[in-house]
Amino acid sequence: MFLVVSTLIKLVVFALVFALGLAAILTWMERRQSAYSQDRLGPTRAHFFKLFGRPFVLFGLLHIVADALKMFFKEPFIPKDADRGIFRVAPLIGFCTSLVILALVPFGPDLVTERWGVIPLQVARIDAGLLLVLAVGSLGVYGVALAGWASNNRFALLGGMRASAQSVSYEIALGLTIVGVLIAYGSTELSAIVNAQRGLVHGFLPNWGIFIQPFAAVLFFVAATAETKRAPFDLPEGESEIIGYFLEYSSMGFGMFMLGEFIEIVVLSCVFVTLFLGGWQLPYLIGDTSSSFLFGSLFGVNNSVAHALDGMLVFGIKVFFMCAFQLQVRWTLPRFRYDQLMRLGWKTLLPLALANIFATALLTWWDPTLKILGHVGVAMILMFVLVVVAGPRRVPAESHGH
Amino acid sequence: MSDVAHDLPTRHMEVNLGPSHPAMHGTIRIKVELDGEVIVKSTTEVGFLHRAFEKECESVHWAQCMPYTDRLNYVSPLINNFGFAAAVEKLLSVEIPERAKYIRVLMAEISRIADHVTCLAAVAMELGGFTPFLYLMEAREFLYDLIEEVCGARVTVNYARFGGVAFDLPDGFAARVRAALVKVFKLLDDTDKLLTRNRIFIDRTLGVGKITAEQAVAYGITGPFLRATGVDYDVRKAHPYDVYERMEFDIPVGDNGDSYDRWLVRLEEARQSRKIIHQALAQIPPGPVLLEDPRFVLPPKEKVHTTIEGLMNHFKLVIDGARVPPGEVYSFSEAGNGELGFYLVSDGGGKPYKCRVRSPCFVIMGAMDDVLLKGATIADVVPIFGSVNMIGGECDR
Repeated sequence: MFLVVSTLIKLVVFALVFALGLAAILTWMERRQSAYSQDRLGPTRAHFFKLFGRPFVLFGLLHIVADALKMFFKEPFIPKDADRGIFRVAPLIGFCTSLVILALVPFGPDLVTERWGVIPLQVARIDAGLLLVLAVGSLGVYGVALAGWASNNRFALLGGMRASAQSVSYEIALGLTIVGVLIAYGSTELSAIVNAQRGLVHGFLPNWGIFIQPFAAVLFFVAATAETKRAPFDLPEGESEIIGYFLEYSSMGFGMFMLGEFIEIVVLSCVFVTLFLGGWQLPYLIGDTSSSFLFGSLFGVNNSVAHALDGMLVFGIKVFFMCAFQLQVRWTLPRFRYDQLMRLGWKTLLPLALANIFATALLTWWDPTLKILGHVGVAMILMFVLVVVAGPRRVPAESHGH
Repeated sequence: MSDVAHDLPTRHMEVNLGPSHPAMHGTIRIKVELDGEVIVKSTTEVGFLHRAFEKECESVHWAQCMPYTDRLNYVSPLINNFGFAAAVEKLLSVEIPERAKYIRVLMAEISRIADHVTCLAAVAMELGGFTPFLYLMEAREFLYDLIEEVCGARVTVNYARFGGVAFDLPDGFAARVRAALVKVFKLLDDTDKLLTRNRIFIDRTLGVGKITAEQAVAYGITGPFLRATGVDYDVRKAHPYDVYERMEFDIPVGDNGDSYDRWLVRLEEARQSRKIIHQALAQIPPGPVLLEDPRFVLPPKEKVHTTIEGLMNHFKLVIDGARVPPGEVYSFSEAGNGELGFYLVSDGGGKPYKCRVRSPCFVIMGAMDDVLLKGATIADVVPIFGSVNMIGGECDR
């Protein structure tokens, strides 16, 4: 009984309040952040009442409410020749699979209570957690593919086809990238992976996946962005070419796709933070279960609850920054073409992921304490920074005229 | 593979891009037959924006054609204005005042930058780069502000007159042009840095929509599109008009004739236009901006209101139209997209007997199906189309 109640509470707090809430805020952030990078103001109009004679706009945050209301009250139009059943179900599939992945992500350290014992701050602690993430994630493509197919529209069909081909191709790279992480941390259970990232390498560098496996982190981020169908991999919805798989959707059907996209951003950020950014851990300050930083010092206590609150806060902040980073990528880069996307997936990411597995396995076998892996990782990051800083300057292309 | 193909019959899919497709700026229909994502056959249909511009011109007085020309290339309407005025002046065999020539060069180059900036913005947006699109739209806004300051309108300018231009430049205009150009080229440089060396952008444009110099010449293509193939034909250099022979500027040319070269050529041409503008601002002499010729120039209002001659002159010009001697003429200038030609025939009446426009992008659209879209994928259609910079008003007339 207690297990059911605690799981439900965790589900509501994490999946509904945190993830859905963040996704809703991301709809606003995407507009606001893009506005800042494009010399615009973004949404600043929606308001319900005036405060001190001025419209109470709250930085445009009320647009979230306005958007939601608009979505709900519009007519849900279904094309005449569409497959009505599948057409209605399709938006739900992607939405639900994303939420299922969240159940596997640990969003805080274990809560140790006297009355109820140890409560993991993770909805479902499953041994094969990481594999389940991949498995469930790959189901999400059904939503897009079926939406495209059921719409009975050629553009939507093209979008659905692109989405399925893209997801299937990049899943392989994604899966192989994760293998390196698995080798390094020796577990597929996500909270074990987070715990394995505790401590420091060389006494100053956090023992995070991004330092141990920098290559895998980059590959994972690229492949996962392709999985979420965000720019520069937004071919299934290339609005200037085929408009997208959701072409025929209106009202909340479209709203589900849109919100689903933002939830995917949150999910990707959660998984990335868990695998590569140490999950809920804050290096130097929150290392083990006995120390608590913010909430502990705020309330003058040093117990498990304060520690858990710290962890959740740190996790939330990391996820937020990953989300912001993804939004910035979307507003910076142009879009790939279909064949280029496939080439990148099969001919670049896949061999690189395999090479990463090989190198990781070799170094882990050589030194199971991961020290050498850490050395190599830091060396790679330094090399990368060097190439970016000392590489050829990005000067405007010179004209070749006469 | 062939066995599978026997078992599973495949069919080509036909997709309509346009006439109302969110990415088709300008109303045009491209019907493509797809094998997967690859185009097997494409059919480009123009004419959805046909307004019978040429016929309309033949039914109104000479001066009344001028507002119609604004609607040809509505991104750089001033160039059309000056092109039409120059054609009529050629029929009239008159030389416009020096200051008017400089003003025409100055305003045409401002318009050219606006035109190129719009095309670059469209190319960026169609490749998914929405941020550079908005940067360049902002840049265009500064240029349109300048145009508005001179003409009173942003698009429907109606600024040229036979024998000069309608109004002189406002006070302090030179300083404001220089200030605006700094802002415009800041944004243009930002876009350049953001995209020109971006790997994805290069992949999407290099070798895409390729056309050779021979093909381009055979189709009669001009402008940046031709220059991207390596042919250095620019009307401003080849057949200088107004005061272009006094200006020092280069003609940028490309090598491959692909979308990437067109991007580079347009970027560089905008910079060359800046050079011309600075020279024109430095050299512009004082003086009248309009001839005083009762045959085709309206008298000043005070004369109309105070003298009988002025009133009669005004009346005759408005009722009968300008008296253009009989004859025919082909006059051409360098517009944003290439050689914009006006072929005019006058029978001595107040109206054009025949008017015909050689619009540069109509010519380029002819090469779409057989050259540009050949073997491309559907994702390339709109970016290639964007690099053509088809302006519906000019193409369909």
